[in-house]
Amino acid sequence: MNLYNYLYYILLPLLAIAVLLVFYRFYKGPTLSDRVVALELLISIGIGIIALHSIITKQPTFLDNAMILALIAFLTTTAFSYYLEKRKKK
Amino acid sequence: MDIIIAVLATLGTIFILLAGVGIVRMPDLYLRISVTTKAATLGIGLILGGAAVYFKDTGVTSRVLAIIFFMLLTAPIGAHLIGRASYFIGLPLWGKTKYNDLKGKYDRDSHECSSRKPANEEETEEQSS
Repeated sequence: MNLYNYLYYILLPLLAIAVLLVFYRFYKGPTLSDRVVALELLISIGIGIIALHSIITKQPTFLDNAMILALIAFLTTTAFSYYLEKRKKK
Repeated sequence: MDIIIAVLATLGTIFILLAGVGIVRMPDLYLRISVTTKAATLGIGLILGGAAVYFKDTGVTSRVLAIIFFMLLTAPIGAHLIGRASYFIGLPLWGKTKYNDLKGKYDRDSHECSSRKPANEEETEEQSS
């Protein structure tokens, strides 16, 4: 089996299943903190999908987008936790 | 060379899938944070390592190392921040949690942590119990 077929037909669907599981928690999560954690994990899985896609399409330029996504994930978590703490103190 | 890439990508995918299963199955916010941060960081690192092995280019490898370094640096900080904020909000722990070492060590007003009991903690604890 070719490497590209293996990545495309086996590993990308597995990552898609992981995305669906995280979306279930994102939809159902009882509190806002659960949704923030699910969002961060979602962006991390997005980085993995971008890396696999850059291998499949032989385009290393996609990795720049992965770097930006990692930055955005940290930024969202920090901002959400900051305002969660503020909201309680008022 | 293809086998190395396939093994790295497979291991990374399995770790990310386990993180996805863990965030659904874990009963508590704090356990979910614990499961997702570690597993997702390792999985992303392995998949990006596979990409670096595939391209065999200095620019790509340095970019991959920068992403892995950034993830290793920010994932624990983000997990600690969101866990700390939700502990202050008062999210309940799992019912079967045995030890809560932080109980009574945070000052609820000034958000400071110290090993001796704050003055106002006694009253709140009595109220809650």
